[in-house]
Amino acid sequence: MSSLVGTAALVRLALRRDRIILPVFIIILAVMVAASAYATAELYPTVASRVEATAVINTATSTLAMFGPIHDETSVGALSTFKMGIMGAIAVAVLALIIVVRHTRAEEETGRLEMLGATVVGRRAPLTAALLVAGGASLLTGIVTALTMIAVGMPIRGSVVMGFGFAGLGIAFAAVAAFTAQLTKSARAASGMAGGALGFFYLLRAIGDASAGNGLSWVSWLSPVGWWQQTRPFAGDRWWVLGLLLGLAVVLSALAYVLAARRDFAAGLLPDRPGPAAASPSLRSPLALAWRLQRGGFLAWAVTFVAAGFVVGGLTSSVDDFLTSPQALDFIAKLGGVQSISDAFLAVELGFMGVFLSVFGMQAAMRLRSEETAMRAEPLLATAVGRVTWALSHVTIAVLGTTALAVFMGLSAGLTSAAQVGDIGQLGRILLGALVQLPAVWVVVGITVAAFGMAPRQIVIGWVALVGFVLLGEFGALFDLNQAVMDISPFAHVPRIPGGEFVAAPMLWLTAVAAALIVAGLSGFRRRDLGGS
Amino acid sequence: MEAAIQIEKLTKTFGSTRALDELDLEVRVGEVHGLLGPNGAGKSTTLRVLLGLLRADSGVARLLGGDPWRDVERLHRRLAYVPGDVTLWPSLTGGEVIDLLGRLRGGLDEKRRAELLERFDLDPTKKTRAYSKGNRQKVALVAALSSDVELLLLDEPTAGLDPLMDAVFRECIYELREQGRTALLASHILSEVEALADRVSIIRDGRTVDVGSLADMRHLARVSISADLAGPPDGLTTLPGVHNLKVDGTHVDLIADPDSLDKVLIALTSVGVSSLKSQPPTLEELFMRHYGDKKGALKGEGPVTP
Repeated sequence: MSSLVGTAALVRLALRRDRIILPVFIIILAVMVAASAYATAELYPTVASRVEATAVINTATSTLAMFGPIHDETSVGALSTFKMGIMGAIAVAVLALIIVVRHTRAEEETGRLEMLGATVVGRRAPLTAALLVAGGASLLTGIVTALTMIAVGMPIRGSVVMGFGFAGLGIAFAAVAAFTAQLTKSARAASGMAGGALGFFYLLRAIGDASAGNGLSWVSWLSPVGWWQQTRPFAGDRWWVLGLLLGLAVVLSALAYVLAARRDFAAGLLPDRPGPAAASPSLRSPLALAWRLQRGGFLAWAVTFVAAGFVVGGLTSSVDDFLTSPQALDFIAKLGGVQSISDAFLAVELGFMGVFLSVFGMQAAMRLRSEETAMRAEPLLATAVGRVTWALSHVTIAVLGTTALAVFMGLSAGLTSAAQVGDIGQLGRILLGALVQLPAVWVVVGITVAAFGMAPRQIVIGWVALVGFVLLGEFGALFDLNQAVMDISPFAHVPRIPGGEFVAAPMLWLTAVAAALIVAGLSGFRRRDLGGS
Repeated sequence: MEAAIQIEKLTKTFGSTRALDELDLEVRVGEVHGLLGPNGAGKSTTLRVLLGLLRADSGVARLLGGDPWRDVERLHRRLAYVPGDVTLWPSLTGGEVIDLLGRLRGGLDEKRRAELLERFDLDPTKKTRAYSKGNRQKVALVAALSSDVELLLLDEPTAGLDPLMDAVFRECIYELREQGRTALLASHILSEVEALADRVSIIRDGRTVDVGSLADMRHLARVSISADLAGPPDGLTTLPGVHNLKVDGTHVDLIADPDSLDKVLIALTSVGVSSLKSQPPTLEELFMRHYGDKKGALKGEGPVTP
């Protein structure tokens, strides 16, 4: 078909551009999943120990909401992958959607695709190439993961199902991104919508999984992320569910092709409406501009956080439902108190919120770098705006934005939970639990700002640090790491509230570390050249 | 009076690339100064150093009596800048960008803004992602020209403009020169510099190779002569200072160095001249003198005189 001419060349171009990130991602993910499976399997060598552990996991609402149930309490593979399985699948989905947007809408927005399109490149070639690269990367991730899983001694059948499940969810979200990339003119919005869809479906299955006791487990079936779980690797190995993921991919890509064929180059589905001929009186400072540029993203995050708060707060009562089961009572005893089971759930969820808050804060701070490389900082800095003033504008959005988001989620979770348990004091406890995350979040922001000021080409350090902190928190104990190593993560110092005791000292010194990092970044930025790349 | 811009022996390297190599530049108050050079000569780097966006490795740069690296905020209130590659915030309208940049500079003249929008035929209600390259350029031009500043730094400001808009831009520059304002115009478009600039600095490989008014440069540059003679020419081939000699029967085309012009004419009239056409050098020829046939030969030399 002539509309596909040039696809091979575009695939090669995409692989050339992604030649570092793809292998790095695939190897890290496969090794992480296999290593965590291996280490977990070591912890539960006997069937009895696995049955016991599975019983606790399957009754604790927090783990159900986060990772879903384990469908075979005797399976070593199912227990060993109950965390990293779903996390890995979601990571593959994120990779796939980023690849697709990066090689379609982002190329169109910058005008680079126009240059390519003028050569002998068919109308459908760019989208096809992006889907091939994203699908191929997903499939390769799945295969490599399956092989490493088999290499560490996991059952072959289950490893293969899990690997293909990774590939399936990746391919499905490649198609989701192909679809969202047709809707808007902005690459940022396209990946935001696809990522939002992923978050929504994750939350949907969280509701289904956590509320299975209330007969709501069907809700999980509304979500592609839920379908991934229903392939049940190591616990039934249901191949046919992969068909649902592939079916979704086919439908959405077909839709994307139809939309792409109907629209003009570089256009979205919605026509541009004229905007104001003059700037509003408030648009008169770098901070006002930073807010203007980031408010759309912030509002999307705010809606997500408030919704997540309602879900988390609403689940408090189902946590209490499990108080009667003997395994749960055992679990409570281990945690040391009756009140503590729902507290522990809330504290864990708020800890997760801290990680997501860091993602927002880091992205808000990284805007400095993207504005710089896009040469949009230059006209601003050519006016009477000093460098520090300009840089502080986006840093302010990062710091105040994370604060506002924490308050929003604390309020929505707190109010819902207070209504559930009939105790208004719950609001204060949960709000505090949300706010104590902030100093650690600001440290991540600080690391990003420091990288921006001192090593701008290595701005990715922000992501590396955050992923490292999360891995330390999730797997540090599993791999029996030294406490001093685990303490590198700022999140290790956050008091677990509600339930735990509030201590002011780490709050203060984490804030001080964050401030020092920001100051270091700003002074580095003052001294360096402004660069395009 | 102190010069608006004074640069001496300015050097800037990026890794192993020497973008500016002891560049000299003087822009006097009230003049339109052309900064001429091909792509990669160091024009944009020079402007970015003057804006305090890049820090020079060595040498002196003074701007409106201040240090461009240190006195950023104070100096930037008195200047406006049009970048060579205008990228704007895609979600803002052109009008919003113009207002924002004007306010951040310390205010803009509303009347002048409206007038310039009219003259440049720019729709300020469009989102900047919908603008063509030329229209983005207009946004930057309107933003810069509608402010009441002493100095304009223009980096290939007409890139993407159509000839009509080009003419509007030229009018604007004439007006600001009449108001006594100063402009540094970096360009590789020779006709534009020829039409607008009082003085020109020609740079190459980060180094100034020629400075002066166009009249001075022309005076120093070769003249092209085309003549029909009464008979075959005589003695021209051996005459020093004659280049590109072409003889077609009794027709002669040649290029003469200015100081051998006298002898060339004597040689021609000794045969008998029936028609004579002489042309002063265009800026293109000045330019080619530094970039064309001597490519590579000028490295390390100062301004060249024939």
